[in-house]
Amino acid sequence: MMEITEKYIKKIETPVALKTQDLAVYYGDKKAFAEGTIEFPQHQITALIGPSGCGKSTFLRSLNRMNDGIARVEGQILYHGLDINNDQINIYELRKHIGMVFQHPNPFYKSIRENITYALKYHGVKDQSVLDQKVKESLQAVALWDEVKDSLDKNGKQLSGGQQQRLCIARAIAMEPDILLLDEPTSGLDPVSTRKVEDTLQELKQKYTIIIVTHNMQQASRSSDYTVFFNLGQIVEFDETSQIFTAPHVQMTEDYVSGNFG
Amino acid sequence: MNPKKTSRIAKHVIYGSVGLLVILLLFLIGYILITGLPGMSWHFLTSVSQSFEAGGGIRDQIFNSVYILLLTTLISFPIALGVGIYLAEYAKDNWFTSLLRTIIELLSSLPSIVVGLFGYLLFVIKFQIGFSIISGAITLTFFNLPLLTRSIEDAFRAVPLDQRQAGVALGISKWKTIMGIVFPCALPKILTGVILSAGRIFGEAAALIFTAGQSNSVINYANWNPFSPTSPLNIFRPAETLAVHIWKVNTESILPDAHQVSSGSAAVLIIVILIFNFGARRLGNVVYRKLTATDKER
Repeated sequence: MMEITEKYIKKIETPVALKTQDLAVYYGDKKAFAEGTIEFPQHQITALIGPSGCGKSTFLRSLNRMNDGIARVEGQILYHGLDINNDQINIYELRKHIGMVFQHPNPFYKSIRENITYALKYHGVKDQSVLDQKVKESLQAVALWDEVKDSLDKNGKQLSGGQQQRLCIARAIAMEPDILLLDEPTSGLDPVSTRKVEDTLQELKQKYTIIIVTHNMQQASRSSDYTVFFNLGQIVEFDETSQIFTAPHVQMTEDYVSGNFG
Repeated sequence: MNPKKTSRIAKHVIYGSVGLLVILLLFLIGYILITGLPGMSWHFLTSVSQSFEAGGGIRDQIFNSVYILLLTTLISFPIALGVGIYLAEYAKDNWFTSLLRTIIELLSSLPSIVVGLFGYLLFVIKFQIGFSIISGAITLTFFNLPLLTRSIEDAFRAVPLDQRQAGVALGISKWKTIMGIVFPCALPKILTGVILSAGRIFGEAAALIFTAGQSNSVINYANWNPFSPTSPLNIFRPAETLAVHIWKVNTESILPDAHQVSSGSAAVLIIVILIFNFGARRLGNVVYRKLTATDKER
């Protein structure tokens, strides 16, 4: 792995939701990601950008232990002062606090209602009125309620791609997580659906800390507050988005955001 | 030869082989039904078989076939489900898994007569169970397990990986994700697999000749005590199935109407299997729609 010498990591003054300390990820003997030390600001949207294969998805998936059994993760992930990257942690409980939305919309092959309630019931919510309320609230939060309120018993897979992805976000936030991880959530969507998902994220950041991997520069620049630039399996720069896209501290970042490579 | 011509010839060859297969199948099924159906009567379906005189029926054989089928499925389904889930969801790609796969493939390629003789030596002779429904059902389990396991594994593998990711990302345990989210998606295919394997069991003769036996004890359908020797439910009584009956009537029977009995039995056999096959698809679709709230057929 080539060592990048010039880096810039901004120190966060506002409250921090999640912090990684010397995070490194290995697939077998191969190091996919190294030396990730970064603080994610609370109730902000942080975009992870970088060329394909730079380790940003690997990094994101480590944050809620989705790499368990696939990759070896070293270093610390501090959540409320607790290192969640350790064997003692109940990962099922953890994932209630750190939710995830995937690249391709993956609603369950169940009704729209059940897509939202299935995990809630599993985690012990029994009261039907509470469940109904949750369905309504979470679908409203992603601006899907008006579109599907009359067809809650329809299969979630019968929605359009953009609706499916918003359903997946609704499903994740129904768990009331602290942090929402999104792995290129709009890469398969058309511009209109993409816009709706982005608008949804703007609404959601009032309550949630959002970390989003994206390949789309415009998306990062228009919808995030902070941006992390990854390259060659390392964090090159972390700063406010406006700073990254106008006057980055590192030359490599400048080259990437201005389209000179990647 | 130019590409256009080649592809036209290829198309004709493919159409030809499909046509040949269809004609062959229709001829076979047609022949069995045409020779079997005219002799069919309510009496034939509901009376006991005769050894020496004409006019015997196949009542007990039909019951035995269904009963052995049910028992075999009851025994083999839980095992096949467990192994299928293990292979599709848990098995790591290592020597143990490939050994297991090899054994399953080996088992599926064993001739059924060999499985039957194995069952005869082990259950009938060694364990002294004698010719019985249970010996037959356990033997058929050996015969049935490989393909059923395979179809269940395939059914689980056909469910997209992202369903499992979605489940565990919501803090649902792996086991609950498999049973609550993946299993309902896989169920139609599993059902199809079970019903198709049921067809194979129903038509199997060789594995049963030396295990369930070639004769029937006198049974009384009013007796529902499974421990009574005259009860149809007694699993320790010898039981000749429909397929074995066809074999026996054709090889050693001195019945004056042997041809008619065997044709009629064959017709019943094939009709039941056809019902299984068509039923499998319908039932699979109905269950799929019910479990997934879809209003479209797959």
